[in-house]
Amino acid sequence: MAAFRSTIANRLFLRAPSVAAKSVLLVTAAIVLMVLDRQGSHLDRLRETLSVLVYPVQAAVDIPYQIGSWLGDNLATRRQLVDENRQLKREQLKTLATLQRMATLESENARLRELLESSRNLQSRILVGELLSVDLDPFRHTVVVNKGTRDGIRNGQPIIDAYGVVGQVNHAGLFTSQAILVSDPNHAIPVEVNRNGLRTIALGTGNIDRLELPYVPNSADIQEGDLLVTSGLGMRFPRGYPVGVVTQIKRDPGQAFASIRATPSAALSRSREVLLLLTDDVRELVNKEETP
Amino acid sequence: MTEHPNAAWVIVVTVFVALVLTIVPLPQSLEGFRPAWVALTVIYWSMALPQRVSVGVSWTLGLLLDVMMGTLLGQHALAMTLLTLVTQKFHLQIRVFPWHQQMFIVGLLLGVYEFALFWVDGISGEGKPKQLYVTALIAGALLWPWTLALLRVLRRQYHVT
Repeated sequence: MAAFRSTIANRLFLRAPSVAAKSVLLVTAAIVLMVLDRQGSHLDRLRETLSVLVYPVQAAVDIPYQIGSWLGDNLATRRQLVDENRQLKREQLKTLATLQRMATLESENARLRELLESSRNLQSRILVGELLSVDLDPFRHTVVVNKGTRDGIRNGQPIIDAYGVVGQVNHAGLFTSQAILVSDPNHAIPVEVNRNGLRTIALGTGNIDRLELPYVPNSADIQEGDLLVTSGLGMRFPRGYPVGVVTQIKRDPGQAFASIRATPSAALSRSREVLLLLTDDVRELVNKEETP
Repeated sequence: MTEHPNAAWVIVVTVFVALVLTIVPLPQSLEGFRPAWVALTVIYWSMALPQRVSVGVSWTLGLLLDVMMGTLLGQHALAMTLLTLVTQKFHLQIRVFPWHQQMFIVGLLLGVYEFALFWVDGISGEGKPKQLYVTALIAGALLWPWTLALLRVLRRQYHVT
């Protein structure tokens, strides 16, 4: 009994300081990690490695959706499939027609650029990714894509969907990557007005269907309905992808800048398939373009 | 008791489920009420088996949370360590409290956790609405009796010591 009591006493009185000491050590380690992570990209390797451990959790969360879509595919009636097939064929025909025109325009563009002695590569390799249906933080607009460094993804890679720019990769893992959407309050993207080339910056607002353009002077030529496309400055996003459409302009003579809102072109809350642009040479491309 | 640690898989599975619940999609209106599942699980295990689940384990789990959520590496690790430290300081008292009192105490413990997260967010300049932390905390406290009952059944069923 005495022995029992003494082991209890040992646990109570000898263990306690060791937990506290360990905590001090661990808290210090955590703070050091945070400072390093904040400073720059020293810890990207560590994050990438640890992401392998997190992958099963993300996969588990995504399973119900996968089953649902598998069931949907397999239980569809023949009639539905035929209808869908017909519709897709029609759409492809339309797309091909547009592409033909695009091809002539592209070659014409290349010819004109040759005349101006500046070359520009419009082709960029594209990788189709799928968003995992996981929910990270309601306030930060981040998503998880099922492609990682294994597929050639790296930090800063632009992501688009069929309609426009979705966002960019901010933490590339081995199997999956985290991406930040253009609507995230911490995201900014250099854009230009497609109509006249007026350059500015579009900020995310934390609202999935709104962007803000806070740095446009009152007198600038911008109208509701103007299409905003990436300007290629900032060396992240290649030039010419649609970002949003201006929906509201308020000009207050007392303020230096107009208050302008835009709606993102990409289907941020709806699309599941996204395209990752593998432009390894965005930086080169922009440099080449900017030096005439 | 500690010489033969057994059934570690029960702890691993419960933590895995907690991690899944942390990122499972919820309707927009319920987003703010998502409790800190991993923190709740860690509170239980560090109270029930303080020798096995201590600050080291919770720090590692915190780091995993950081990677999963894309937050600053070390943010959740810091919060988890503080949570476990406080929990272990008082675990002998808390264990004998009636359930409604435990709910209140767990609310306070989650408060420590959320405050640590909030504090780091504030310093690193990643602001988000304050009520998000508070609603998550209340939801966590309300769900504590069920978490406790479930995990206790599991622990006794599989003799995790």
